[in-house]
Amino acid sequence: MRHTISVLVENKFGVLARIAGLFSARGYNIASLAVSETLDPLVSYMTIVVEAKDENVLEQINKQLNKLIDVITVTDFTKKEHIDRELVLAKVKYSSREKAKLENIFKKYVGKIIQRKGNMAIIEAVGEGHQIKSLLDELSKFEIQELVRTGKLAISN
Amino acid sequence: MKGSEILLEALKREGVELVFGYPGGQILPTFDALYKYEGFKFILTRHEQGAAHAADGYARVTGKVGVCLATSGPGATNLVTGIANAYMDSIPMVAITGQVPTGLIGNDAFQEADITGITRPITKHNYLVKDIKDLAGIVREAFYIASTGRPGPVLIDLPKDVQVAEADFIWPDAPKLRSYNPRYAGHPGQIKRAAKLIMESRKPILYVGGGIITSGSSVELLELAEKTGAPVTWTFMGIGAFPSLHKQSLGMLGMHGTAYANHSIMDADLIIAIGARFDDRVTGRLDKFAPQAKVIHIDIDPSSISKNVKVHIPIVGDAKQVIAQLLGELKRKPAIDEWLKHVEGLRKKYPMGYKDKGKILPQYIIQQIDEVTSGGAIICTEVGQHQMWAAQWYNYSRPRTFISSGGLGTMGFGFPASIGAKLGAPDKTVFNIAGDGSIQMNIQELATCVENKINVKVAILNNGYLGMVRQWQELFYKRRYSYTPITSPDFVKLAESYGAVGIRVTKKEEVRSAIERAIATDNTVFIDFHIEEEENVFPMVPAGEAINNILGGLA
Repeated sequence: MRHTISVLVENKFGVLARIAGLFSARGYNIASLAVSETLDPLVSYMTIVVEAKDENVLEQINKQLNKLIDVITVTDFTKKEHIDRELVLAKVKYSSREKAKLENIFKKYVGKIIQRKGNMAIIEAVGEGHQIKSLLDELSKFEIQELVRTGKLAISN
Repeated sequence: MKGSEILLEALKREGVELVFGYPGGQILPTFDALYKYEGFKFILTRHEQGAAHAADGYARVTGKVGVCLATSGPGATNLVTGIANAYMDSIPMVAITGQVPTGLIGNDAFQEADITGITRPITKHNYLVKDIKDLAGIVREAFYIASTGRPGPVLIDLPKDVQVAEADFIWPDAPKLRSYNPRYAGHPGQIKRAAKLIMESRKPILYVGGGIITSGSSVELLELAEKTGAPVTWTFMGIGAFPSLHKQSLGMLGMHGTAYANHSIMDADLIIAIGARFDDRVTGRLDKFAPQAKVIHIDIDPSSISKNVKVHIPIVGDAKQVIAQLLGELKRKPAIDEWLKHVEGLRKKYPMGYKDKGKILPQYIIQQIDEVTSGGAIICTEVGQHQMWAAQWYNYSRPRTFISSGGLGTMGFGFPASIGAKLGAPDKTVFNIAGDGSIQMNIQELATCVENKINVKVAILNNGYLGMVRQWQELFYKRRYSYTPITSPDFVKLAESYGAVGIRVTKKEEVRSAIERAIATDNTVFIDFHIEEEENVFPMVPAGEAINNILGGLA
C-alpha cells in the first residue's frame, strides 16, 4: 500500500541523501518525493510517497526517519485528514481535428494548455491522485511526447 | 586561533584525555598543532583501523567518548570498519578526518574520499565543516550526539583550508537541537502497566543487553532481579551487566548461550527486555521464539522496539531511569516458586561442560585466566570461536569488563581495543583473547603497545584454523575446510622482534604458570597456546533454528 509521509527537516546539505539513504539501505522504494524550503529558510518540507507492504514497515520507516538527527517532525498522512495535490506538465501532440477534443478535456480538470507550437501543446494540470490518473487516461488517446510530475504534495487540514 | 587550534581546544573542553590516530597530508595542520601539545595525550597507532578500535575499546571501558583522528582518503576509509563496529554496538565515538581543501572537494583530488557520504549509514551523524566559524559548535554538538540517547559514532570531516583559517575561539552553550531530544524517563502509564504484568506473571525472565552497561544501571538491575526473583539472562553485549555467579543468573542466551537460558526463555510467560534488541543471534527462528511470552520492552531507541518481535508493553527510555521507576511501582513479588523450580531443573538437565581431550582445551585456558585474575580482569576479544569461549567460560561480575565486537563481528578488533582498554583502565589487568586468525588482522599494533609501554596480555588460542568458519564447515558443509586452515608466524619470535615478550604453551600443565608469568611481566606479552585443533563451540543453535533446538557437546 502507498503511504504519504511528510517530513520537516533542517535545511542542510546532505539531508536529502540521509533520507534517501535510509530508504535505499532497507530496500524501501520511494514512489515520489517533493522537497522545498518552507517560510523558514532553515527548514525544508518533504512529501514522500512510499510503498510499504505492511504496518511494520511503515512503523520502521517512521521511527528510522525520526532517528535522523536532522529530522524535526514526521507526519504519516495515512490515518490523518489531509489534502494532497500533484502537478503534471506534458507535451502533447495533436492534429488540427483533435484540437477541440483536447480543449474539451480541460473543462473537466484543473488545468490548461499553456503553450502551443505547431501541433504540439504543453499542458499543465493539478489535482488529486485519482484526477491526475483519469486525466492521463484521457490524454493517452493523444501522443504524449514528454511527461513530468511533481510527485504528491500534502498538507494537513 | 587557527582551525587546528580551535579543534584541539574544543576537544580539551569536551574533557578528552586521549586521542588515537595517524597523520597524513590533509590533516598536517592539525598534527602541527599537536606538536608538543599537552592538552591531552595522543597515541600513534600503526594503522588507522587500529586507532578507531582503540578509541572504541577506550570508550567501552570508561564510558567516555573515544576519539580518533586520521587524514583524508585512505586514512579516512581505514577508519570505516572501526566506525561501523562502534555504530553496531552503540559506542560513543568521535572520528575526525582531514579533507582536501574546500575548493578541491569533488575534484577527485589526491587522497580525496567522500567520507561523509561513505559513513552516512554507519554514523549516528556526521559533519563536513565548511566554515571555521562552525567548527567549535560542531565539535560540541558531535560529542553531545555521540554520548546521549543511544550512543554512537559521529564523524567530523575537516578540510585542510579550514584547519589553517583564523577565527576567534567561541565556545558555544550546551547544544539544544530541536530535532534531537532523547527521552530518558519512561511513560508513567506504561510503567504501571508493566509493573502489573510483572506482579501477575508466573514465569517471568529478565532478558538484558548492552543498554544496561551503556546507561550504568547494573545496580538497578540487580535490585529489580532480587525484588522480582526472576531469573536473568543476557545478550552477548550484556555480558557484565549482571554478576554471572549470582544465583538468579542464567548466563548468555542465543546461538552460543547456555542451553538452560534458551530453554528458560522459550518456556517463559513474560520477557522483561531491557536495553536489548532481539537480535537474530538471540531469537533464532522468530516465529518459534518464546511462543507463550508477553513482552515488556524497555529501550532508549524507539526503532529497536517492535522491530523483530511483537511487544505488548513498549517503554521508550533510559534503562537506569525506567528500572528505578519500575521499582517504585512493584508492590509485591510475583508467585514464581514453581517457575524457579522448573528453571533449576533445566539448569541441572543441561549443564555447561566440555570433554577433556589430550591437547589443551581453550575452555580450560579461559577458566584458568578467570581463576588467576579472580574474575577481575578486563577481557577483550577478537571474533570467532575464542570469542565465544571467552564469553562462556569467564565469570564476569562487573560492567565494562568484557570488550568485544558484538554486532559487526570484526576480526582484528580485540588487540587495538585492548590498547584503548588498558589506557582507559591502567590499574586493571587487560587480556586480549585472540585466535591465530584474528590476531593477524591488526598485529601491527604490537609496535603501538611496546612504544607506549601499554601492558596488555594477548592469549592466542592457536588451533591452526579460522576456527568458527571451520566449525560451520564441519557441521554444515560436510567438513569441506575451504580456506580455513591458516598458517601463522612464530608468535613468540614475532613478539620478541617488536620488543614484547612471547611465551609458547603446548602442555596443559604449563597453562597456569604461563598466565601467571604473563601477568607478572611488565611488558606486552603474547602467549601462544597450541590448543586442540578441532574443538567446537557448544552449545550451538544452528542459524535460523528455534533456540531450543540445540546442538552439541555436553550441553
